[in-house]
Amino acid sequence: MSAGTAPAPARVHPPEDETFVIESPGRRAWRRLRRRPAAMASLAVVLVIVACALLAPWIAPYDPTAQSWSAVRQAPSAAYWLGTDEVGRDVLSRVIWGARASLAAGVVSVLIAMAAGVPLGLLAGYVGGWTDAVLSRLTDAMLAIPFLILAIALAAFLGPNLTNAMIAIGVTATPIFIRLTRGQVLAARSEEWVEAARAVGNPHWRIALRHVLPNVLPPILVQATLTIATAVIAEASLSFLGLGQQPPMPSWGSMLNSAQRFLAQAPWMAIFPGMAIFLTVLAFNVLGDGLRDALDPRSK
Amino acid sequence: MRTDAHAHEVPVLEAHDLVKHFVARKSLIGRPLATVKAVDGVSLAVRSGETVALVGESGCGKSTLGRMILRLVDPTSGRIVIGGEDVTHARERDLKGLRRAAQIIFQDPFASLNPRMTVGEILAEPLMLHAIVPASERPARVAALLEQVGLDPRHAARFPHEFSGGQRQRIVIARALAVEPKVIVCDEPVSALDVSIRAQILNLLEELQARLGLAYVFISHDLGVVRHIADRVCVMYLGRIVETGTTAEIFENPRHPYTRALLSAIPAPSPTARRERRLLEGDVPSPLSPPSGCHLRTRCPHVQDVCATTRPPLDPVGPTQASACLFAKDLPPAGDLTPREAPLDPRLEKLFAAFVGDDETAAARTAAQ
Repeated sequence: MSAGTAPAPARVHPPEDETFVIESPGRRAWRRLRRRPAAMASLAVVLVIVACALLAPWIAPYDPTAQSWSAVRQAPSAAYWLGTDEVGRDVLSRVIWGARASLAAGVVSVLIAMAAGVPLGLLAGYVGGWTDAVLSRLTDAMLAIPFLILAIALAAFLGPNLTNAMIAIGVTATPIFIRLTRGQVLAARSEEWVEAARAVGNPHWRIALRHVLPNVLPPILVQATLTIATAVIAEASLSFLGLGQQPPMPSWGSMLNSAQRFLAQAPWMAIFPGMAIFLTVLAFNVLGDGLRDALDPRSK
Repeated sequence: MRTDAHAHEVPVLEAHDLVKHFVARKSLIGRPLATVKAVDGVSLAVRSGETVALVGESGCGKSTLGRMILRLVDPTSGRIVIGGEDVTHARERDLKGLRRAAQIIFQDPFASLNPRMTVGEILAEPLMLHAIVPASERPARVAALLEQVGLDPRHAARFPHEFSGGQRQRIVIARALAVEPKVIVCDEPVSALDVSIRAQILNLLEELQARLGLAYVFISHDLGVVRHIADRVCVMYLGRIVETGTTAEIFENPRHPYTRALLSAIPAPSPTARRERRLLEGDVPSPLSPPSGCHLRTRCPHVQDVCATTRPPLDPVGPTQASACLFAKDLPPAGDLTPREAPLDPRLEKLFAAFVGDDETAAARTAAQ
């Protein structure tokens, strides 16, 4: 050990305070997230919805596709808690089963978009030059096409089923993340702590992943929660066109679409899937906000 | 003088004829149309335990030079030798050696610490990157580093925003020390700090230098600070060193018109201070098209025709002093450029004495009781 490590003799601290724990960033974020009631409540809502989706076969009171001509468009009752639809299917069962399609469409497509968009944006922003020029022009070209039109075109090209719909929505949402990440990275890159990280001996990949990425993540997280909402609605539109969840299996979007013809006679057909979408989107939004704050060391 | 004690040693840092051109404008196909010669042929040698100051006004290339030494900016030409090893063209892997030998302290401690890493993480990173201590010993080493710069080791779990400017600069210093470097480039390390904190940080730097034998390249525009901390001074103007010498030589007997102007611009600390003023006329010329020959000729009071055609070499004018002025030896004596306290009005002297005496008499009175 060289002289560089000799502690200054002037300062003495109690030995029990000499050591500290280097807490991992993930653990720290979780500890800080737990202190936020709104975020924890929305996390609970998200978990309930996920549980519904996973446990649908066991908790749904009826078969979501079983039609009953003796119980068409019945109002909520003890037998049918949330009423029935135009062919006598139980709305509660369909909402529970619909969570599978809608959650998958919302979450998986956003994960696809982030998995592709964030690394590409990081690459474009960090490397710059030709890489950035090519990626940015491609992104601009994709953003020039309306969101839904591109998703419909892709879904039609890939073939009508839920998986392809998720891929189509994910690919369509990718440019949003590329552009957002690139802009954030460009701003962070010129910071002096990036130069300091270089001076300390970090290789470029480590600066990009360990230093720049955590600093640009918060707005990306917020964008992700907003995009989940867009994706759930986009899946509804694709289902309506027969490109998403295939009938008779339900998704919240397809339920809404069939309900709109009966809004006056059977409003419960629209209210409950609509509330499910609303709750899911709200929960993800609040959770995203909480996560952003938990990841920001400057917020209390 | 500290300089003499180190005179026989091999320099830990040598820069030979460093040049950095930045492309200011490009044509459509990317051909450079205009270049800025930020650093234009600068040579430098720093021995361990020595502080060499780079002084000059903003834009003279001193920060670029500091960053080139660390290869944060790649030189256009020239050679950088650190610890006897040529690092001018070191690739990523070889750069690691350079990063262990040379470190940098930045000007703004609010910008040079990653806001999302704790102090512990910031200090543990260089230890991990260079495998300086095994992972299990890192927390203890982080604590030792914090103590070394006068911070409480218990603060390792805190984030940079929880510290004051002076404390942050101590963290930056601790990070630089983590790799046990031989040379530290201090890029205006106290300029962003409150005047009351500056002395503490400067004293810390001096104390660390004495203890660890560090060499400092001290970049500053604050001549008061430079006079206090530097062993040798290099004065830069528009990318070139115009004068170099020991601190005493530069401050007592400057042999370049630019150095003289710079010294006479030091603010006087009291309204009664007297000195000669030798301010330059006009502004710094655009670095895109600096004047031919001697860069200073458009503003120099001693200019002659030959100054426009000849680039003045950095020629010795004393045992350790060199000046890049063609007429360095013919310049009139410098006179008192730095502020000196003028004798006070006798009545004021009396008043001051009364105030000072008051303390002593008061102390005497308490002692008598």
